[in-house]
Amino acid sequence: MTPIKCYPPKPPRVYLFGTCLVDLFFPEAGLDAMRLLEREGIAVDFPEDQTCCGQPAYTSGYQDEARAVAAAQLDLFPEPWPIVVPSGSCGGMLRHHYPKLFAGTPLEAKANELAGRVFELTEFLVHVCHLELEDRGAPETVAMHTSCSARREMGLAETGPALLAQLGRVTLVEQARAAECCGFGGTFAVRHPEVSAAMVEDKSRAIEAAGAERFVTSDCGCLMNIAGRLAHRDSEVEGEHIASYLWRRVGQ
Amino acid sequence: MSVEPPGVQTFTPQAFHRQAHDALGNPQIRANFRSAMDGLMGKRREAFADWELEALRELGASVRLRALAQLPDLLERLEANCQANGIRVHWAEDGEAACRLIRELCEARGAKAVIKGKSMVTEEMHLNAHLETAGIEALESDLGEYLVQLNDQTPSHIIMPAIHLNTDEIADVMHDKTGIPRTRDVDAMTAAARAQLRERFMAADVGITGVNFAVAETGTLCLVENEGNGRMTTTVPPVHIAVTGIEKVVEQLRDVAPLYALLTRSATGQHATTYLNMISGPRQAGEQDGPEEVHLVLVDNGRSAIYQDDELLDTLRCIRCGACMNHCPVYTRVGGHSYGTTYPGPIGSILMPHLMGLEATKDLPTASSLCGACGEVCPVKIPIPALLTRLRREAVGEGRGNVPGAGSKRTRTEAAAWKAWQWLATHPGAWRGAAGVAGKLGPLTPSKLGPWSDHRVAPKPARHSLHALIKRHRSATDEEGQS
Amino acid sequence: MSARETILGRLRRRLDGPLTPPVSDFSVMSGRGWGREERLRRFEAWITSVHGEVIHTPRADWTRVLARVLADKGIRRLALGRAHPVAAEARAALAEAGVTLVDADRPVEAWWETLFHEVEAGLTSTAGGVAETGSLWLWPTPDEPRLLSLVPPIHIAVLDAEAVEDTLFEVMERHGWAAGMPTNALLISGPSKTADIEQTLAYGVHGPRELVVLLRH
Ligand code: SF4
Repeated sequence: MTPIKCYPPKPPRVYLFGTCLVDLFFPEAGLDAMRLLEREGIAVDFPEDQTCCGQPAYTSGYQDEARAVAAAQLDLFPEPWPIVVPSGSCGGMLRHHYPKLFAGTPLEAKANELAGRVFELTEFLVHVCHLELEDRGAPETVAMHTSCSARREMGLAETGPALLAQLGRVTLVEQARAAECCGFGGTFAVRHPEVSAAMVEDKSRAIEAAGAERFVTSDCGCLMNIAGRLAHRDSEVEGEHIASYLWRRVGQ
Repeated sequence: MSVEPPGVQTFTPQAFHRQAHDALGNPQIRANFRSAMDGLMGKRREAFADWELEALRELGASVRLRALAQLPDLLERLEANCQANGIRVHWAEDGEAACRLIRELCEARGAKAVIKGKSMVTEEMHLNAHLETAGIEALESDLGEYLVQLNDQTPSHIIMPAIHLNTDEIADVMHDKTGIPRTRDVDAMTAAARAQLRERFMAADVGITGVNFAVAETGTLCLVENEGNGRMTTTVPPVHIAVTGIEKVVEQLRDVAPLYALLTRSATGQHATTYLNMISGPRQAGEQDGPEEVHLVLVDNGRSAIYQDDELLDTLRCIRCGACMNHCPVYTRVGGHSYGTTYPGPIGSILMPHLMGLEATKDLPTASSLCGACGEVCPVKIPIPALLTRLRREAVGEGRGNVPGAGSKRTRTEAAAWKAWQWLATHPGAWRGAAGVAGKLGPLTPSKLGPWSDHRVAPKPARHSLHALIKRHRSATDEEGQS
Repeated sequence: MSARETILGRLRRRLDGPLTPPVSDFSVMSGRGWGREERLRRFEAWITSVHGEVIHTPRADWTRVLARVLADKGIRRLALGRAHPVAAEARAALAEAGVTLVDADRPVEAWWETLFHEVEAGLTSTAGGVAETGSLWLWPTPDEPRLLSLVPPIHIAVLDAEAVEDTLFEVMERHGWAAGMPTNALLISGPSKTADIEQTLAYGVHGPRELVVLLRH
């Protein structure tokens, strides 16, 4: 459910939690997120020792392993700065699941404190930075896929589209059943590959049918899944992380 | 415990993958479910348009929680008030005991023909098959259940049992099994079923139904329905046996109002069903109709075990509206039968492991992308994704160990893989090193990644990780700063 | 040990300990603030949306309207009670109307065949209406038994405009339902229906195919 969150004023410094998928497969998206924040005059700290939020193990039932990995992340953000995450799914893990994961352990207070200053990137750009964008790109028709974690767990159905709506030469179209899952679901895609494939096929067809030349998303899992499907059948439609897309269109 | 009737098409949770594969490859099934679920989702949305939905769901959740918090007391109160009203109350520890009990009630009346209203709990215990072995014929009277029974199948949805069949298929069933001239006309088929079933209501010795809400305060059994078959079943035969899970009790009569408002809108987007039938006793002296005997069978069948645990308890809030399946992207694609369980979809995946054990149902809690659509629409706010995650933990032996079959899914290979992952993710130097190696090997990594790449291009590790890119970005901006 | 004791024992010796019942806030269930006209408008809109038919009539005239409905629909056998004023007035008015009046105030076993195969409509009074859902509420009596509103193909229900209230919750509370429930209490919203054949609505599957509400003002 949409949490009622009081947003802080724009801070001078933030942490970036890059997420493991960004780190390994879409590093440009992480860098572009950093650039967007720096463009707002915010210094970005990227703790070197960060690895993964622990979600893959957590959702697979491997709670002890997830907790060990999560505990290692807890120490990396000692200053009271906001922690910006370019992913609704990892953001949701840090904000909503860390408190549960550490409940009743000595790290509970620390986890709660950390959870309270976690922001998903588009959320931070809209509600904290009040970002204003000037579009320098060519006219383009784009669809946004908001991840299920961003939409439902973080209550952020609006922030991605709100950013895209600021791009004067971008026509934002909505695909049919926009709120439906793309079928990634982390290890779900591995455990139930056929069901997942049926879901991503529908999602990719809906994006094409909406007339989009490109789709953007704020979650790399969905990006990998949908773009991977589109590429597999040689579709013209490409996918991009919203951070990279915004940076490309407005950055220097 | 389960006696499968001969000739019935059987699906099992163990065969989830195969059943899902078959359903995914069946364009008819895919189309039937997609269009039905799209329709139901739209209707639900409209039905709640002018409600303060969050406040109503909050109320629904609190009504159910309040009932569960006092469950043993309320069951005793329900029993006392039912008895005061002349309803006889029976208790059954499991499905087998309930079947036996119901059979004995039928036999005591010399019953040969039973007519049934819709009841998922009797599906859960395979009551019809059990009665059949005792020479008692049990006929379903809800049109969807009737069609499914004629077709030797089980329901594929808890509210719309025959949702997997389209008009043509139903026309065939009606023609082949009841001998009416083949017609695609829905009104004609409905009229034919009406005529066929009317005779059966009159001939039935016993009527068996489920219960939507059992009110402790007044000893009242509430049945929610559209067709009138529930009213027929509870009024025409001389005996009415109501069967319910022990969790269906509510404290007060007023509690029914919000649950009814939530149930009808969540299930089918209706403001009200045609009938809300509230029964508080058998026919009284001087009354002209209604059964001479009313029985209430309270069935545990695994529920008291779920009740022990604060987190799992939420499973018992369910009012069986089916909204979680209507909104589930997995259910929508594989349909109800693929799950191989009485309750399919998200509610089935959080309930059936308790009833059948995690070993048999191990593929159900993982058959979800955890997209959260189910939890978002559940009228009593059951945190379904959290419960799925909990069952995944139990399945691999990292939960509390209090679900049957806990740990049965743990394999040494998978556990070792997660341990290795844990080591890597808690050793940042090694992690960065591994990322670097992966990046260098990127072009060489296989373009086939198991089943993933049957449908998608496999992702390639980036040449430089974010760690590396940021390092470079930093030195570049530093240089800029110095110049 | 009996099943009862075993089950209750398990519930009482709960592993995670006793639970605290939450308090429920019922405020969303009432306080609609509709005026008389709005209330009736909603009642009519909802019940007609589910295929119910509403016919307005001045109170004094209602039996004439009833006779017309019977004539229009070609109903020649009407089952009804006797003691309730609705039944009594209808009987008086229809005495010469060429409609066979079938007595409903007798054990149903005495007239099974007539009820199931011959009666064309059942006439009942109602205790009231619910605007929010377009529903009628009925507490069947020995005079107007349960099957009267269920078995005949047409159900004609007589409702007084002032008996329509806003919500089911308010009806239950104001009329003190919990203090004494009848053997059977009913909420009826439209004629019997099903969507079990590919989501196509069909009426009259087991109960009446038509519901006519004579709304008396
Ligand atoms: S879990 Fe919730 S949504 Fe699913 S059937 Fe039960 S009450 Fe309805």
